[in-house]
Amino acid sequence: MKGRVLVVDDDTALAEMLGIVLRGEGFEPSFVADGDKALAAFREAKPDLVLLDLMLPGRDGIEVCRLIRAESGVPIVMLTAKSDTVDVVVGLESGADDYIIKPFKPKELVARIRARLRRSEEPAPEQLTIGDLVIDVAGHSVKREGQSIALTPLEFDLLVALARKPWQVFTREVLLEQVWGYRHAADTRLVNVHVQRLRSKVEKDPERPEIVVTVRGVGYKAGPS
Amino acid sequence: MSGNGAAPERGVGRPVDTAGGISLLRRLWRAARQLPDGAASGPVHPVLRLYVRWVRRPLLPAMRLWRRNIQLRVVATTLLMSLGVVLLLGVVVIGQVRNGLLEAKRHASQSQAEGGFKAARDAADTVSDSRGGGGQDGSQSGGRDTGAWLTGLVQQLASGGQGVYHVVALSSGGGDTSAVGARGPRASGDLDPEHSIPVDLRKQLDLKTGALERSASIKHSAADEGEPALVVGKRMYGPDGKAYQLYYLFPYTQEEKSLKLVKGTLLTAGVFVVVLLGAIAWLVVRQIVTPVRMAASISERLAAGVLQERMKVTGEDDIARLGEAFNKMAQNLQVKIQQLEQLSRMQRRFVSDVSHELRTPLTTVRMAAEVIHEAREDFDPVTARSAELLYGQVDRFESLLADLLEISRFDAGAAALEAEPVDLRDVVHRVVDGALPLAERKGTKLIVTGGEQPVVAEADSRRVERVLRNLVVNAVEHGEGRDVVVRLAAAGGAVAVAVRDYGVGLKPGEATRVFNRFWRADPARARTTGGTGLGLSIAVEDARLHGGWLQAWGEPGGGSQFRLTLPRTAGDTLRGSPIPLEPDDSRRNRGMNEAGVPLAVSGRGGATAVPPAPPGPSPVPAQTRATPTVDLTALPGSGARVVPRPGGTPFDKAERPEKASGAAGSETGGEGRTEARTEREGQARGR
Repeated sequence: MKGRVLVVDDDTALAEMLGIVLRGEGFEPSFVADGDKALAAFREAKPDLVLLDLMLPGRDGIEVCRLIRAESGVPIVMLTAKSDTVDVVVGLESGADDYIIKPFKPKELVARIRARLRRSEEPAPEQLTIGDLVIDVAGHSVKREGQSIALTPLEFDLLVALARKPWQVFTREVLLEQVWGYRHAADTRLVNVHVQRLRSKVEKDPERPEIVVTVRGVGYKAGPS
Repeated sequence: MSGNGAAPERGVGRPVDTAGGISLLRRLWRAARQLPDGAASGPVHPVLRLYVRWVRRPLLPAMRLWRRNIQLRVVATTLLMSLGVVLLLGVVVIGQVRNGLLEAKRHASQSQAEGGFKAARDAADTVSDSRGGGGQDGSQSGGRDTGAWLTGLVQQLASGGQGVYHVVALSSGGGDTSAVGARGPRASGDLDPEHSIPVDLRKQLDLKTGALERSASIKHSAADEGEPALVVGKRMYGPDGKAYQLYYLFPYTQEEKSLKLVKGTLLTAGVFVVVLLGAIAWLVVRQIVTPVRMAASISERLAAGVLQERMKVTGEDDIARLGEAFNKMAQNLQVKIQQLEQLSRMQRRFVSDVSHELRTPLTTVRMAAEVIHEAREDFDPVTARSAELLYGQVDRFESLLADLLEISRFDAGAAALEAEPVDLRDVVHRVVDGALPLAERKGTKLIVTGGEQPVVAEADSRRVERVLRNLVVNAVEHGEGRDVVVRLAAAGGAVAVAVRDYGVGLKPGEATRVFNRFWRADPARARTTGGTGLGLSIAVEDARLHGGWLQAWGEPGGGSQFRLTLPRTAGDTLRGSPIPLEPDDSRRNRGMNEAGVPLAVSGRGGATAVPPAPPGPSPVPAQTRATPTVDLTALPGSGARVVPRPGGTPFDKAERPEKASGAAGSETGGEGRTEARTEREGQARGR
């Protein structure tokens, strides 16, 4: 398994401790402490995953997240001390795949990182359709009438999870488990934010979604093919 | 419209014209006054009250205006009072003018009449003197002469009057109408002498010699209404020596005219004065009322939060001072509120910063502790135990910090409710699943009842789950291995979850104190469970954020019940809970005293202690009511003092007031047993 992790954190003690834990779990951590240098470090290290502290000197974490997301779909996990709704939602909307609130348990962090990296294992060739979209699971591509749509790995996983069982309504909890790999019920805001991000990319009219349909009071399901 | 606000109600009783009319009216009035309060203290007949209400209804808007509008009241009062003053003045002035006029008229008339009477006497003397020389001419011609003389006299006397007065000559001796020719009535002008002169005046003149005066009315014919006049009459003697009556009649025509003029003038002046006074009152009151109204409306807007509102101040008078003082007050208020808001913002900011600043090092510490903990097998026993302690306490420190931050978020008002329809059954099942490992360790069985139908409410599932997790974990921890029953119910506009345990229970007064921050039943007792002491405080805040209730009930040794009630629709006000706070299987509800002896023996309390059937759809099934595997009341040391009403909230008292009698009935445990309390009670319910 590839395991290059870029840790963007200004707290040297925490960064060092993260390094110890990550190395202990077999990852290859690299470090950057300054938001301004984060993008350069990202290009240089080509990590498989970014651990990003939201509060950074220089550019803040939200901005760094946006910049990285602009050029790569690499999984980003935010480290945040603020569990307030606004902070988390802003972080997720800026492109983070997942977040973990300080103070966290090392095992929890490692589980999240593994869950984000898990999808890099080779999937079986599979062709799915949802609405007028054609999904090539192995080729990791989504096309509408031949036009390719760029999705992050997480958004792709979310879409595939819905498309594999178009007859099923997925609750947010089930999606958290299937897509994010949470075993316990966690924050369903993750699902809400990412569904919105996905819709903004795949729907013709995000205000009237046809691909990812909301089932009021239950969750989401794939739109009719 | 002024003044008709109050007057018509008084009119309600007016048609009642009996001896008790006044008191009835007063009663009516009093009843009318009391009606809006619904607190009629006097014995007012209901039909009467209905009638009064029916009469009052159309008047209500006017009364409302009357009560609320001070300008209207002042103007109406001024109008009424000035009207009264003007009327009084008018009556007095007119009376005086009338008296003056009459007095002058009398004087003038009397002197005029005196002159006339003198002239008549002289004329009679002259004639009789001349006739005395001629001797007896024969009586028939003498009679005719006297008649002619009288006619001439009347004409002569009246000729000086020119309509200002009339002269009438009547025969003396009353009804002597036979001598029409000589002694018949004569009158100047065309007036009717017989009807113009009052009969009693004629009779009096026959008896007296002086001049008499009397008011009468001049009539031109018998059917005439007549005009008022002053009559002056005197008995005279004709040339033949026979008496006749001579009357002067002075009509009041001129005086009436003058009086009419005075009245007209006074009326005009009075109307002007009243209207002008009303207008002046209106203007004056307006000057005062306008700023007051402005102040009132601005106060209302200030109260509504528009803090930059100010009064317009012009001049230096009292009103301006009021305005200035008002504005100063508003200014100070605004500054204070802004300071408080800033403090609140700073507090929130501080909490947020503390959150970040503390959490980052804590994360490092925690990871380090875990790494050390993982490697503890390689250490010597002392270091290994230290690593374990470090690991455990970091955990505790973290949950304490999290709870503290949560509480301060509530205190800062930064907690926001994210309500959406939630089926509480799902939440309860998640919570129960989460608590299963702990329950298995403690040997507790978790039972959920009332979950046959959906229990949906608009709630923040994260918060509700936190509350319920807290309650269930507490119940398991303090339940001493006995069953814990989680009961769900929905009724009316509310849903409720009650968590019942059969553990140590709560001492009197503890049911409210359990929600205090860092509260412990016995401060001297060491903590065994890892609670932070903030769990229930946070739970109460969570419930409050929903507009719901979190309440506790407990009896020493008999376990406790914690009940969460939430409104079905977010933001609604709760009126009651589908689950009674005191469970059906409480010692009192089963009619037991503290020692477990059925109360029915003493014959009292048993009936009253039966609780009303809960409005919820499903009361606890029989098998759960019999759940306690051990008869709690038979436990040693469970005897203690009577369980009072959990000092809970007022609505519970209102809900089931009849419980008080039940409490009194179960007072058989007696004070003697109080000492028998065991350390069981002392066991901490630190939550």
